[in-house]
Order: sequence, then C-alpha cells, then structure tokens
Amino acid sequence: MSDVSIALNRFGMGGRAGQVPQGDPRRWLTAQFDRFDPRPAPIAALPGTKLIASQLATYLAEARMLGQRARREAGARRGRAMQGEDAMRMRAPADATGGAMAEEAGNDRDPAMQARRFARQQGRDHYTTAVGARAQAAVASDTPFVERLVHFWANHFAVSADKVTMIGLTGAFEFDAIRPHVLGSFRDMLHAVERHPAMLLYLDQAQSVGPNSPLGAAVARRQARRQIGLNENLAREILELHTLGVRTGYSQADVTEFARAMTGWSVAGLGRGPAARITGTDGEPGRFVFAPRIHEPGARTILGKRYEQQGERQAAAVLDDLAVHPATAKHIATKLARHFAGDEPSAPLVTRLEAAFLKSGGDLPTVYRALIDAPEAWVAQPVKFRTPWEWSISAMRALGTQEIPAQAVVGLMNQLGQPIWRSGSPAGYDDIAASWAGPDAVMRRVEAAERLAARTRETIDARARAATLFPDALSATTQQAIARAESPAQGVALMLVSPEFLRR
Amino acid sequence: MISRRNLVLTGAAGALSLGFAPRLAFAQAATDRRFVFIIQRGAADGLATVAPVGDPAFAAQRGVLAEEFGDAPKLDAMFALHPRLTNVAQLYAAKQALFVHAVASPYRDRSHFDAQNVLETGGNSAYQLKDGWLNRMLGMLPADERKGIAVAATIPMALRGRIEVASYAPSALPDASDDLLGRVATLYAEDPQLHAIWQQATATRTLTGDLVANNGRNAAATGALAARLLAAENGARIAMIETGGWDTHAGQRGRLGAQLNGLDQMVASIKEGLGPLWDKTLVLVATEFGRTVKVNGTQGTDHGTASVAWLLGGAVQGGRVVADWPGLGDAALYEGRDLKPTAGLDSVIGSAAAAHFGVDPARTMAAMFPGQKSARAMGGLVRA
Repeated sequence: MSDVSIALNRFGMGGRAGQVPQGDPRRWLTAQFDRFDPRPAPIAALPGTKLIASQLATYLAEARMLGQRARREAGARRGRAMQGEDAMRMRAPADATGGAMAEEAGNDRDPAMQARRFARQQGRDHYTTAVGARAQAAVASDTPFVERLVHFWANHFAVSADKVTMIGLTGAFEFDAIRPHVLGSFRDMLHAVERHPAMLLYLDQAQSVGPNSPLGAAVARRQARRQIGLNENLAREILELHTLGVRTGYSQADVTEFARAMTGWSVAGLGRGPAARITGTDGEPGRFVFAPRIHEPGARTILGKRYEQQGERQAAAVLDDLAVHPATAKHIATKLARHFAGDEPSAPLVTRLEAAFLKSGGDLPTVYRALIDAPEAWVAQPVKFRTPWEWSISAMRALGTQEIPAQAVVGLMNQLGQPIWRSGSPAGYDDIAASWAGPDAVMRRVEAAERLAARTRETIDARARAATLFPDALSATTQQAIARAESPAQGVALMLVSPEFLRR
Repeated sequence: MISRRNLVLTGAAGALSLGFAPRLAFAQAATDRRFVFIIQRGAADGLATVAPVGDPAFAAQRGVLAEEFGDAPKLDAMFALHPRLTNVAQLYAAKQALFVHAVASPYRDRSHFDAQNVLETGGNSAYQLKDGWLNRMLGMLPADERKGIAVAATIPMALRGRIEVASYAPSALPDASDDLLGRVATLYAEDPQLHAIWQQATATRTLTGDLVANNGRNAAATGALAARLLAAENGARIAMIETGGWDTHAGQRGRLGAQLNGLDQMVASIKEGLGPLWDKTLVLVATEFGRTVKVNGTQGTDHGTASVAWLLGGAVQGGRVVADWPGLGDAALYEGRDLKPTAGLDSVIGSAAAAHFGVDPARTMAAMFPGQKSARAMGGLVRA
C-alpha cells in the first residue's frame, strides 16, 4: 500500500468517491483534530440522553404501579381460592416467569405487558435511529480518522443493548460520553463514561447499595425479605476492561472495596416517587446522581492506597488515579497499537505509545500523534482484516452513498455478525482477524456486496473507482477481476470483496 | 486389523495396567461418534441449574434463588434440576444425562474473558495456548474424518487451531449468484488466507443447501441446524454452539429461567434432529466459572468459581450427579464466597472424550490438556 492509501484506509474509513487526501498524508491526519465536529447534523438531530431517560422513567413508574396492582389482585384471588377453589390453578400467574410466558402467548390485554412492549419498541426506535445517524456521520465524515477513534473508544467502553432499560440509551452513550472527549483527556472520557446512565444501568451500578449505608442499615434492621446490597459488576469491569486491564495486580478485595466506594453513583429519575426519595435518586431523569442514602460509609483501601474522601469524591478519586496509572497506559497503548498496526503489535510501539500517554497525563491527541509518527503503522502490507462495521462504512463511502435507511444499516450489521452496541459483553468486539475472517463471515460479505452493488444501478465504473480508493495500491489480480466482470454492478461487487477492500 | 472395539479395549487395558503402553493414541478406524460442545458464555450459575437442595445451608445461602426449587424434579437425595429443564429431566430419567458438579477449569480469578480463554484453549492460564482443545480433539479422529464446525458466523477459540474447520450460521441474506461466487474464487486464488477461507465457505454452502432458508434465530432452530450439520452423510463429527446471556448480576431468577428454557429446547432439537445418531452422541455443556453462593444486592449473583458441567446423549452413562460435594456452609466456601471446586473440568472433558472416541485416556489428556500433568481420569462417564 502507498502512504496515501494507508492514510485513507488504515487510519481513515476508506475513501469517499472523488476524495483523495492532498499533500502529506500525515498532515492530512493531524489536521483532522482541528476540524472534527463532535455533533454533526445527523447526530445533533437525535433526541438526547435526557429525553430517552425521561421516557424510560415514565415506563418504569407505570410498570411498578401495574405490578403493585397485579399483586394486590392476585392476592385477592388467592384469598378467594383458599376458600374452596383449587389453589394450585392460581399459582402459575403469580410466578416470576409468568410475565415472559404471557408475552409469548401474546397476551394483548395485560396492561403491564403492553407497557413493556411499548417501552421496548420505544427503545428499539431510538436504537435504530441512532445506528442510522452513526452510519450517516461516518459515511459523510471528512475527519474519518477521528471518526474511527470514536468507534474505537465506544468499543473500549462497550455498553451492550441487552436490557430493555438500556437499548434506547446506547446511542446517546456514544454521542454524549465518547464523542465530546475523543480529542480530550482519557480521564475526562473515563469520568463521563462511568457517570452515563447507559453504563450505570448496563453494569448494574445504579442499584448497588452499601450494606452499611443509611438505607442498607434500615433494611437490615427491618430484616426485610427483599435483599438489597452491593453489586460489584461495574467496579470489576472498570479495573479489568476500562483502565488497568486484566491480570494487572488487583485482587478480589480491591474489586469489592472499589464497589463499596462506587455505591451511591446512580441515575436520577428511574425510581420516581417515594422509592427515589428513600434511595436519594430523585431528580431529572437520566442525570447522574450521587445518592448519599445508599453510599457505604468509611474510608477505603484500593490497590494499597487509602481513600479518606467521603461520598461521591471517593470513587472519583479512585478513577482519577486509575486514569493515569501505568497499567492503564499500557492497556490503552496496546489496544490502540493493535487497532492501527496489526493484531500482534510490536513491543517497542506499545512502549512509545505508553510513554506518550504517561508523559502527557493521558492527553489523547498526544497519543494519536505518537501513533501517526510510528513507522509500524505505515508498513506497506495490510495489517488488519476489516471488521463488518469498518467494511460496511468503507463500502458505503466507496459507493458515494447519500441516503442511508437506518433500518437497513441495523439489518446489515446483524447479518454480518457485528450488531452495533450489542457486543453482548462489556469487553466489546474483538479487534483481531481470527474473530472476523471466518468462512461464513466472508460468504456473507459477498452476498451483501452483491446487493449493495445492485443498488448502484450501473452508475459506477469500478475500474476507475477502485483506482481512486486505493491510490497506487491495487493488485493486478483485482484490476483484472474487475475489468473482466460481466456487468458494471458485478465489477462493483468484486471491488467490495477484493482482498484490498477486506483489509486495511 | 484393528477394529474400533479392539482399540477401546486396548485403551482401557493400558489405563489399568502399568507396563502396557498402547501404541495407538488416536483412533485409526472410522468412528460413528458425534460430539457437541455448547459453551455458556458469561458464567452460568451451576447452583441454580442443578441445585443442592439437600445441603443444609442451601436455603439460607441462596435466599430468593432457592424458592425456584420448591417443586423442582429431584435428581437424587441431594440435587434437584431447574424446573424449566423439562427435556433434560426426561433425558436424566432415561439415563442419558449426567451432571458433574463443583467443577472448574484451572483458572481461579474472575474475569469472563480470561476464563473463557482458559476453558476454550485448555491451558493452565489465559493466552498460554494458541489453539483450542476442541480442535486438538479433532486431531484424534481418523484423518479423513477431522471435520468440525462452529454453528456461528465466526470460529470460536475452542475450535481454532491446526485443523481447518468450518463455520456456519443461518443467513437471511439472499444467496449470491453462482457466477459471482466463481469469480470470487478466482480473485482469492493467490491470497493464502482468503483462498483457504473461501474453500471452506463454498464447501459448507454445498453441504447445508436449503438451510439458508431456515431462520435460526431461536435456540431450537440453532440446535436443529447443528443436528443437520452433524447428521449429513459427509458431515461434521464435532460441532460447537455458542450461547451467551449467562452473566446474571441482577434479577437472576427470571432471566436464568428463560436462558435455561432456551438451552433445554436446543438440546431437545439436537436429539430430535440426530435421530438414531443420538445414541452415538455426546453433548457437553460447560461454562467458564460459576457464581457467588450468596445472592447480591440486586437479586443476582456475582462472579464465582465452581459450577456444573452437563453430559448429555445416548452414549452417556447418565441418571447420576457426580460430585465430591464441598458443602455450602460459610466455612466450606472458596475464598469465603464461591462454591469450592472439587473436580477439574479438563478431567471431565478429557475422560469423556477418550471414552467416547475409544482412545487412550492418558494420551488423550496429554493431547487435549497438555499442561494438566496431574489431572485424574474419571471413569464411567460414557459408554464405550
């Protein structure tokens, strides 16, 4: 590959029809830092975290109300049943799994089910429009390197739309917590991410209660049957995935202590009414709130350091330390190097990125500059197999796609095996060829390429287009295959699945 | 002349009598056996799958999660099966389901991703080995039968390795035209990576035919698909199915019930799809680690250690729960919070695989789990 082709494809997201970087390819990349728009038009037009969360709050309040009513009615029925009817018959609807079964049976008259279905549909609609906007922004972007970095960080801090409370918020998470910080400091991004409702709900932090907090103690005194207490999910993943990285010397005790420090970090408005007042999570729905009523009191010792701070500042201080920890620098450096310089990046490259991170206190543009300066990122041979997302965006950029139906993007990503914001795990999607270069996956790309090509209605000459997308970097085999195609559309399909196009 | 029966006997004798080392570690004769590995990603709660209801500490430790087992079918005096596993319960009654409880891989921390790597590679620690034990198991089969398939869009770690394997998942995309497929073959001919991938892709396509039309979005369809891939004349001997959604940190009861129901249906459709082959089949269900014994503050459980492994199929000596039960009292727990492991998952897998394919247990163990010098072979899991 030539340097221009590397800048376009390895650092960027593929050329857009007729758009070739002018001048020095490295300058073309760094100049994007000044031009990047954190809120481009397709994203600015979307409902924000606030609106989505307030809809969710309305649903949750309604569901709670309906649930209470259903329990009262079931209780009354059971009372009657005890007076002579067959008590067994009544047991099933009160069972916790009854809801799911009623839904499968299509119980349209159950108001709780209706509310749930409505909320899920609302969440899916937000999800779909957000995926569409993400694709639109990426396809149209003239700062594709920074756009790629947004996707990189969103995957690093992955939230996955696995829960009804989360689906609608996944897009808002990337747009509100990642995009504004992609050219800032790692610390600021980390704080924004761990305070966003999508993350707090996804990793169960919102409901984690300190056992000795005012609320925890009160519940314990009443010996209530319903248990409340600590949930260490988010604390663990912050250490393992977001900052230090796995196997970097923290213990189970560190995880638990950090989870205690994190208690009280919650989301406002998702338990409106008396419940919210009790937990201290009242307020404008979706806003980060520190709830003192559920915070575990006392000082904490984490990774050998004592945190005397109380309240919200305690976990914040831990995050501050984690954000500039040498292990974090190494973890981030490794992942960035892997993303731009190959699945198994060289140790010296990682060391240089690590040093840039530490020396600048986690200033991200400094780290990106070190990457652009690295010869390892400019080797002529392709170093990465494009993920389905990377491939799809570069295909649409290559074809000069203007209108992108949101539902079509969602469908395409599902079919190619990388549904957006649905990695199914907080580790995000893998960033290595072994995960994406499978037989079935390549076959699917061929199928998708044929469909995308058919839509170009014979308006694209793939021979000329391929030459501009991969300046001085097209193999003779690919040129020949395209030239011999039986139709312009088939030429486009072959271009989209050529070895050049599958890799970067 | 070596028949499979001979080989089995040789293997068994070799394991029993010192000084008689079998020459053949691996099967030479054709095998009609099938093996399916279903991985539960996310750390499935073994205590809520096969519950030790007879343990005096069970009800108090598990609180709300114990209530599920009020009417659950009893497997023996100690254990009860989750009530949504109705098909598995029938298999158990027919002695075609066996559970090994309080098992764990050698991994002892609580990271999903490292633990899954250990579970899939069969190493002692994460990223120590670069290939998967399922791929190495394929290497034990006669050369022309080393056919493995991942019922997934990509190949999971356990199946990666020296032996080329296929992957297949139902696709809703329209088929590409034959003409384009032929041209793609030419386009990839000189590319070492894409050439091999494309050969696999087109071979699998021929094999599965109209399965593309089969929408496998639910677990039962995936199971049926796996069965068809295994039952085909020239089909795979070994298949792997990935399942996710077992990481139940909150509201575990409803979610786990739905998960187990899906898995139960998947197993049923594998059995149905395999027909008479079910008698020669071993299905292993395993997860990377278990979950905390106590319920957490959000009616879920956090990352733990030991869990339960399932062996299903007509070849299994089932109707039993095998466990050196460590107990659930506070003093008995691993690090004061988890079910303590008393058996190695690699012992279970290696022993079952050796018996299933009629190969020498010690050498099978060495091939599949090269780091496990001290792993004990467990007898009687599978019928020869």
